[in-house]
Amino acid sequence: MAQPPLSEQQLIERYGPHLNQAPPGGWDAGLKIDKVVDTHCCFCGQQCGIKLKVANNQVVGFEPRYEFPFNQGKLCPKGVKRYLQGNHPDRLLEPLERDPSAAAGFRPVTWDHALDRTVAEIRRIGDQFGPDAFALLSGVSLTNEKSYLIGKFARLALGTANLDYNGRLCMVSAGAASKRALGVDRAPNPWSDIPLADVIIVAGANVAECAPITTSYIWRARDRGAKLIVADPRVTPLARTADVFLGLRPGTDSALYGSILHVLIENDWLDHAYIDAHTNGFDEAAAAVADHTPQWASEVCGVPADRIIEAARLWGTSATGMLLHARGIEHQSKGVENVNACINLGLATGKYGRPGCGVCTITGQGNGQGGREQGHKCDQLPGNRDITNPEHRAFVASVWGCDVDEIPGKGITAQEIVEAIHDGEIKGLLSICFNPLVSLPDTTFTREALDKLEYYAVIDFFLSETAHHADIVLPGSLHEEDEGTVTTVEGRCVKINAAVDPPGQARLDWDIFRDLAHRLGKGHYFDFDGTEDLFDEMCRASAGGSADYAGMTWDRIVDEQGIFWPCPEPGHPGTPRLFEGGKFFHPDGKAKFFPIRYRDPAEVVDDDYPIWLTTGRVVSQYLSGTQTRRIAQLVDQYPEPLCEIHPRLAATVGVESGDRVTVTSRRGAITVPAKVVETIRPDTVFIPYHWPGDKAANTLTNRALDPISKIPEYKVSAVRVEKAAGEAAVSITDTRDTRLHDGETPEAAR
Amino acid sequence: MIGGQMFVIDQSRCIGCEACVHACEECGTHRGTSLIHLEQIDPGVSTQTAPMVCMHCEDPTCAKVCPADAIKQNEAGVVQSALEPRCIGCSNCVLACPFGVPRYFPEPDQMMKCDMCYDRTSQGLAPMCASVCPSEALWYGTAEQFAERRPGQLINDFKFGNQNVRTHVATVVNDRNQGPLDLATMTVRERWQDDPFGLGAG
Repeated sequence: MAQPPLSEQQLIERYGPHLNQAPPGGWDAGLKIDKVVDTHCCFCGQQCGIKLKVANNQVVGFEPRYEFPFNQGKLCPKGVKRYLQGNHPDRLLEPLERDPSAAAGFRPVTWDHALDRTVAEIRRIGDQFGPDAFALLSGVSLTNEKSYLIGKFARLALGTANLDYNGRLCMVSAGAASKRALGVDRAPNPWSDIPLADVIIVAGANVAECAPITTSYIWRARDRGAKLIVADPRVTPLARTADVFLGLRPGTDSALYGSILHVLIENDWLDHAYIDAHTNGFDEAAAAVADHTPQWASEVCGVPADRIIEAARLWGTSATGMLLHARGIEHQSKGVENVNACINLGLATGKYGRPGCGVCTITGQGNGQGGREQGHKCDQLPGNRDITNPEHRAFVASVWGCDVDEIPGKGITAQEIVEAIHDGEIKGLLSICFNPLVSLPDTTFTREALDKLEYYAVIDFFLSETAHHADIVLPGSLHEEDEGTVTTVEGRCVKINAAVDPPGQARLDWDIFRDLAHRLGKGHYFDFDGTEDLFDEMCRASAGGSADYAGMTWDRIVDEQGIFWPCPEPGHPGTPRLFEGGKFFHPDGKAKFFPIRYRDPAEVVDDDYPIWLTTGRVVSQYLSGTQTRRIAQLVDQYPEPLCEIHPRLAATVGVESGDRVTVTSRRGAITVPAKVVETIRPDTVFIPYHWPGDKAANTLTNRALDPISKIPEYKVSAVRVEKAAGEAAVSITDTRDTRLHDGETPEAAR
Repeated sequence: MIGGQMFVIDQSRCIGCEACVHACEECGTHRGTSLIHLEQIDPGVSTQTAPMVCMHCEDPTCAKVCPADAIKQNEAGVVQSALEPRCIGCSNCVLACPFGVPRYFPEPDQMMKCDMCYDRTSQGLAPMCASVCPSEALWYGTAEQFAERRPGQLINDFKFGNQNVRTHVATVVNDRNQGPLDLATMTVRERWQDDPFGLGAG
């Protein structure tokens, strides 16, 4: 029975989000700092180094970590204020059980009760419906060690095939495209290569807001004279400075990149020697774009043809170049094709395996890169191994000490798990660090599915909107409460250090899984004393896989400020740059072109829904906002979702900035204030997705999936935009400086 | 210059992320109060934003117009917040500063402004805002480090109508011999920015 015990409003009043705005004791507490801990920011795949200041077993502030090479002290606003997630009034401190008769909707219970009930429900559902009827949804904010443990726990303790993770909403399109083209799933370059590029294409990546630290790498390239090309439906803060701006229509990326390949071929801006020596499939890829002329693409994409030609010229004639892509091209029903279209551009011009050359995804989530390598994904085993490959299964079984048949087969993906719950095929769910009610498309559908669960247990540190549906809530650990490793956007494995202990009765996540495994009678597979044990086992399980960590130790990672995989044996220096010498990871050592022809997105505009909707993030919020919607300064920076709309469209709709608009798709409708800006296409509106309930942009988005990566099409929906009847306008004037003038408090200034 | 290090501001690189705004609040001398400014240049038209720290003028206008003699420079040239016992809250400084930096706070009835994180810079550490700025729009280091890292020349002469102002904080230009910067007349735009989506073409 997984319906919320109380109304959403009642649960929010009790469990938040409430806002933490000052360190423990207030700004002038003058606490004596007991220790300063070198670690990393918990938000986003950049994994900036940061020092956390600790007093009385509480994180009370931060200090820039100048000596960490990736960010050299730099932080975005989320990093600056990340310490305020600690000592938070909303922190879950004891196990809870759903109880509609309790004033809070949940009653505190003992750990024994919470775990025993969970185990009993896992057994009941397994006995009645089979082990695959109980699913596990995980998150890639978790360390490598936890990701590895959860993969093993799902397979050996739950015995379910149906484990997947919210990385499914992140970079799986990039991973799938890279694997099939290059034989491996990792950004091929250290970020120190970016300043060495003579041309940089930023493809569907809002770098300034979603990977802010990458901005300085791009500036350093431009300081050397590099040209910047940005393709985005919006003039993002980085796009503002571009040499060439390709303001394309949402969902037309493969037409744009196919057309650029067309122009490269037409002008012979190709590296024939490289294509011949190191790739397969060029002719098919070239044939696929034979009719993708810039004039044709100009119509499809809504971008002037001369800009497409200029972008191709810059890419094709520059000695070095990097293409950075992110969710803009990946969050589509053609996500894998879009990425392959970009990889084709790198291969056609030989821009791989050299300083300043590569096509890289900017992984979004904190451990987006590492989380997917350690067997935490429905189709993978540790070391980025394939769960359907008999040799891979046999190797992992040998490390785990289990019979190979004990490892279930390939399960279904995150969105498919929710659909299977909706269909009644999956009856039970355990989730950790995943808030699908905000982050999955078609919120109404997700809510219906959660309501149907027979049993739902959640491990988390705050009660997310999804956790409102839980039968049992197990208080887990925050990033700063546990140690382990994560693997960054660069493929660099770095060390996370614990700063404080979990408060109250909260426990370390790995300890909860170990305890559950013991109670499920599978304790013999989970006989470890701490996360360093887990790391060592994980490295052994990765040995020989493409993501090979076998040569790493925690000590080395700390001493060397991180190690890039593959690092196959002790003493191996790690591999910052992949594909040097034109060596790719396929058995023949060659990369593969894929023939990519443009096709329409799953939903296209029509008379009823004539406007394109695209969604994304703002710099002050992280993903579903479970953490960042609880930090006052970050909330104040961008308090609620706004609908960005071009003045031409706004005039048609009859609204000005601050007027409320109702945006309606085939899935539902939300009403939010309009923000009229000239920096978005007139045929497109943008709404960021970090909020739940009646502010959830994902109420509008489409559950259409990429056929290979199974990523949902967040970036392209058809909507109608109308002035909201009877709704008062609100002031959404950018408060950046006005709120600082005259000493007004932020609240008063709004 | 504090111990050979200097502050450089290059607003053209700003991405508007507000890391500086939040980091300023962490400064040890005014904890909980952010004093840096971050302006939207042309809201609704451009995503251009610009941070503004105190430029720490050699001959600060704010101090000259203060009727209470409350605004002092320290030995390193850092122009400080108004001395609380002296400040009468008249806001002359707020109106007079050519860069729009000082701000009057009704509570505690005092002008407060950027003091270049003197608690940090006096110890050889970069100010909070320049430490965290992801785009190096705010930067702190020696002139030699700047020259190694970035193109452009540093300039600290500004012109506001008939008033020439020389500052301790520098900004970046292509040619420092061009004379004092007249900020009111400057515009730099890529041509595509007049029509980002090519609407005029069709």
